[in-house]
Amino acid sequence: MCIKRVPDMDVRFKIAPSGKAVDESGLKFDISDFDGYAVEAALQIKEKLNAGEVVVISLGPDVVQETLRKAMSMGVDRAVQLKADAVPADSYSIATALAAELKDGAYDLIMFGRMSIDTAHGATGAMTAELLGLPVVNAISKLEFDGRTAKMRRELEGAYELVECSLPAVVTIDEGIARPRYPSLKGIMAAKKKPLETKPAQLAEQRLALDAMALPPERSAGRIIGEGSAVVPELVRLLKEEAKVL
Amino acid sequence: MSNNVLAFAESRGGDLRRAALEAVTAARAIADVRGGAVHAIIFGAPGIGAHAARLGAHGADAVLVVEHASFADNNPEAVAATIASKMAGYGAFVCAASATGKDIAPRVAAKLKVPVASDAVAMTASASSITVTHPGYTGKILQTLTLTASPAVVSVRPGAFLPKENAKAGAAESVAPAGDPAASRVKVTETAVGNTAKLDLGEAPVIISGGRGLKEAGNFKLVEDLAAAFGNAAVGATRAVTDDGWRPHSDQIGQTGRLVSPDLYIACGISGAIQHLAGMRTSKTIVAINKDKEAPIFKIADYGIVGDVLEILPVLTAAVKQAKASG
Ligand SMILES: Cc1cc2nc3c(=O)[nH]c(=O)nc-3n(C[C@H](O)[C@H](O)[C@H](O)COP(=O)(O)OP(=O)(O)OC[C@H]3O[C@@H](n4cnc5c(N)ncnc54)[C@H](O)[C@@H]3O)c2cc1C
Ligand SMILES: Nc1ncnc2c1ncn2[C@@H]1O[C@H](COP(=O)(O)O)[C@@H](O)[C@H]1O
Repeated sequence: MCIKRVPDMDVRFKIAPSGKAVDESGLKFDISDFDGYAVEAALQIKEKLNAGEVVVISLGPDVVQETLRKAMSMGVDRAVQLKADAVPADSYSIATALAAELKDGAYDLIMFGRMSIDTAHGATGAMTAELLGLPVVNAISKLEFDGRTAKMRRELEGAYELVECSLPAVVTIDEGIARPRYPSLKGIMAAKKKPLETKPAQLAEQRLALDAMALPPERSAGRIIGEGSAVVPELVRLLKEEAKVL
Repeated sequence: MSNNVLAFAESRGGDLRRAALEAVTAARAIADVRGGAVHAIIFGAPGIGAHAARLGAHGADAVLVVEHASFADNNPEAVAATIASKMAGYGAFVCAASATGKDIAPRVAAKLKVPVASDAVAMTASASSITVTHPGYTGKILQTLTLTASPAVVSVRPGAFLPKENAKAGAAESVAPAGDPAASRVKVTETAVGNTAKLDLGEAPVIISGGRGLKEAGNFKLVEDLAAAFGNAAVGATRAVTDDGWRPHSDQIGQTGRLVSPDLYIACGISGAIQHLAGMRTSKTIVAINKDKEAPIFKIADYGIVGDVLEILPVLTAAVKQAKASG
């Protein structure tokens, strides 16, 4: 599983003086949402089979070790940090580094989040799969196995698909698979002793550069026009004449 | 490097999707700066080529038609392989960041050994680079990214590039798939289409969304009635409601659901949790109906009504019907 460390989104972000990053002071960090679902799904598979090993990989500076420990406190067996000064904006570059680490792992299933909740490229999983020459199914909301065939469900706009693919394979995880568990105290203690290996990340050249980050224009403050169904005619008038959407 | 741009003409079940016209429109913006042509590429069962004329009307100079029985369902491996095999003649590939487009773009990009600029809401092209604006951090931050790789692979957010009529030749040319599309390792065994009459959340100009304030699943009828009165509306929901199984997960709007920006968003019995706002805060006009005047949804609503949604919805539905009837 490839997991990314991201800030908690439930805050008002400030832009750092560089204009190219968020101001990280006071932010809490955790496993990116969809990656957390992937961790839970992987642990459930292991528990069901009562066999196998669950490994997490994260690319980034040393602070990602905390994120990797969190995954191990949930029950993941071991972790690998691909050390880089920062996480680049270029997802192809990230994918090359992840693929270099994954290629000799003989993994049956490699899981990603469908997108990272911060930079939101939604690309790294499928790109890594292509680089590894493995089949990939993106944005799955259900996963079952029939022997070595994975049976999955993918949500589309107003529709869904049932998809099959034989292992080894890469999947990217959407919501709906599994709610991540909270680490137990025992899990947290155990995680401290689990293996965490650090290696340099073999990033490819950067050809997608982050020029700037900005806060979107603020919405004007809300306005309550009145109470109860008596104000419906006024609402309809405003929608027609002011907002011009009716 | 070629100045021509290839646009992905998405279809489902034999029908052209609006995402196809948006991709062509966005591709046109790049090609016009570079003095190149726009070609669209469409995949489907035999007969899909009939859509070439509509793609031409929206700015495609030519349409590559890839017909094969195994393109009746999504076949992302074969689609991506075919697109990548054609890219020698193009400087850029553009698709919509729809469920299908988001599946295709990174596959194509990785085959070409280039990054992808995803989910652009705005884009400016020069001869050698493309700069996009891409919302991240659950819509709370706008990232400006410059793509210098060639070819450039870009996906554009649904709704950000409205289809524009722009008559071009749209000459259809039949193209063979790369490899055997029937041999894909990933197989779709079933595609279950919801109510096809229903507008998609990403395409509807109006969204009526319901939350736990509706009290029970059956009361979503009131939301559907209002949507029907508008005629151009889709129905959305909060996670509280999709978790309880009142609505399918595909209707969920928010951080972990769909990101939408319709012209009008009406939130019915929705508290306005940060994760929900993440999916709809870019809507042009927001209306909120909630019985609690302190509900956070009112902080971003252009027009708020405090009151019982079960009482207000039928009155609003009747008023909208009347307004529509009187033009
Ligand atoms: C990691 C994570 C991801 C999440 N992702 C999403 C997401 O993508 N989308 C999402 O929506 N949520 C998401 N959530 C959940 C979110 O935090 C909220 O719990 C959810 O949005 C609340 O839904 P709600 O507004 O329907 O319900 P509630 O918060 O229970 O609000 C119901 C509202 O209805 C009002 N009400 C009650 N009765 C009436 C009445 N008769 N008339 C009028 N108003 C009435 C109440 O005053 C209240 O404001 C996520 C949460 C987490 C932790
Ligand atoms: N720095 C990283 N380290 C490990 N995995 C990552 C990293 N960045 C992205 N990923 C994985 O790729 C998925 C998609 O990320 P993205 O393409 O950035 O939206 C994430 O959900 C993670 O599973």
